[in-house]
Amino acid sequence: MSNLFDLLVAGLATGAIYALVAVGFTLLWQTSQTINFAQGEFVMLPAFLMLAAMHAGAPFWLAIILGILLSMLLLGLTFKMLLVDPMMRHGVLPLAIATMALAIGLKEAVKQFFSAEASPFPSIVPTGDIAILGHNVSLQSIGVLVLAILAVFGLTALLNRTSLGHQMQAAAQNPTVARIIGVPVERMILLTFLINAFLVALASLLITPIYLAKFTSGEVLGQAAFIAAIVGGFNQVRGAIAGGLLIGVLDNLAAAYVSTQYRAAVPMIFLIAVILFRPQGLLGRAEERTV
Amino acid sequence: MSSFAKPLKIALGLIVIAALIVVPMNFNRYGLFILSQWAVMAIAAMGLNLTLGYAGQVSLAQGAFVGIGAYAAAIMTTHGWPLPAAIVVAIGLSFAVGWVLGYPALRVQHHYLAFVTLAFSTLAFLVFRNESWLTGGIYGISNIPRPHIFGIATNKPLPFYYVCLGSLAIVSLAVWWLIRSPWGRAFMALRENPLRAQSLGVDTRRYTLMAFAIGSALGGVAGALYAPLTQYIDPVPFNLSLSLDLLMMVIVGGAGFFLGPFLGAMIAVLLPEWLRFTEGYYLMLYAIAVMGLLIWSPTGILGILDRHLAERRTKAASALRAVAKSRLETAQ
Repeated sequence: MSNLFDLLVAGLATGAIYALVAVGFTLLWQTSQTINFAQGEFVMLPAFLMLAAMHAGAPFWLAIILGILLSMLLLGLTFKMLLVDPMMRHGVLPLAIATMALAIGLKEAVKQFFSAEASPFPSIVPTGDIAILGHNVSLQSIGVLVLAILAVFGLTALLNRTSLGHQMQAAAQNPTVARIIGVPVERMILLTFLINAFLVALASLLITPIYLAKFTSGEVLGQAAFIAAIVGGFNQVRGAIAGGLLIGVLDNLAAAYVSTQYRAAVPMIFLIAVILFRPQGLLGRAEERTV
Repeated sequence: MSSFAKPLKIALGLIVIAALIVVPMNFNRYGLFILSQWAVMAIAAMGLNLTLGYAGQVSLAQGAFVGIGAYAAAIMTTHGWPLPAAIVVAIGLSFAVGWVLGYPALRVQHHYLAFVTLAFSTLAFLVFRNESWLTGGIYGISNIPRPHIFGIATNKPLPFYYVCLGSLAIVSLAVWWLIRSPWGRAFMALRENPLRAQSLGVDTRRYTLMAFAIGSALGGVAGALYAPLTQYIDPVPFNLSLSLDLLMMVIVGGAGFFLGPFLGAMIAVLLPEWLRFTEGYYLMLYAIAVMGLLIWSPTGILGILDRHLAERRTKAASALRAVAKSRLETAQ
């Protein structure tokens, strides 16, 4: 049983990071119908921005702040203005393809300008084990879990308790009516892009110490975030959180109890089952069919 | 298309075909390999164009069907079967699997369908990698023989390039015929307005499954040619990124245009090679080029041409109107 407990904690920790990435993914979908195929690469890049700052001589805390600000500038503002704005009115598919090209571009840029090798990355939570309920649990897992949960709670509080959050939700649910009642819809959309950039930078900071910084590390992560977003409910922030945690745990349990070879198959089969039998996601509302 | 006279179009097509036959004759081994790869990918992209461009069903699994075709051909030809038999099996197998994959499309649409097919793509990759009794696992299958066509050995790059080009020609003719048949019109009705199509008596259920199955079968054909082209296959080329690449080819070339897949495959296969002189930057430049193209024209390369022609038509029409109007005024 101790094994199961460890697996659950580790699964929840990676799941919490998936949740951060999945929340950003659903936010972009809700406000601008962007399916961001580069979301995984968006998580890969900030770690390299932070590493670059550290190579330039900045201390770790400064590198973190610089990395987050730079990723909000590049992956938030620039991404929206250069790629999303010109393509938004042309439908979902061309924009999705453009983000696939962006994913290739980001990977190649990191490989060319930084390194093709995996680089170690310092952890912001102390390493080591502590005893909980008679089990040794890694402090890193606990730290990641706590920080990710704090970020998610902060975001839900922002969305549900503040006027700004209500305006963002209005802009996402019905842009036309939101505009009529005076919500600055354009600014709200920009804000969701900045929030997404912040979330991926945070996810990058939390996951890179575990899996090392490598230019290909976004591929698996991006897919896990997609699955989490859809399983939870594509149009719901709290669905994405639940989906992330569920996929994290499922992935870890599958690796231990199914087979390491077919570990990746379990979330996929789960995804197909959810889409076929509950397409709106476990916690989502049904989307109206447009004819 | 009125401004393009029909004989001119036919002449242009014949020149391109003649160039594809004559020009590669003194290409080196690598150049012929890349060009053969273009022909193979164009076949796969044409299949996806049927599913996506004409019938409007998003699929992120075309790469998996190329894989199914490639493994079918590799396993059969290394066991002594001739390639044509392997192609038939590849077509049958991908058609059947594609048909089954079409069932989710009856329930969900758009991005949900995209994600079901994405999941299928990953599952297929896992089967290629893990079922080593059948597929050789990560070590793959090597020494895949190239066929004898009408008694001529195609071991050398040039003859095999002609095999690929000939197959592309046959597939192109078949697709050309298909999209002009009532089936093609039913596919387009499905894309434009499924509800209206159904109310007019189109069996949308059957045509959705057919769109998937036929598109996938062409993916299988491409795979069955890919295996003898590279003469060695392992699971890596058939992962999700091949499906994404093929989708990119269709959209960049122009989804729903007959010639779209040819141009899209050209961009995806040949452009990176042309950019090779920039060394480490070539894939970066390729990505920037694709993004730039899509920002400029979200409907792909042929979308630009289409828009241009439409503009010329409007201009010509308004010029005619102006002339007619001035004539009316002088008459008064």
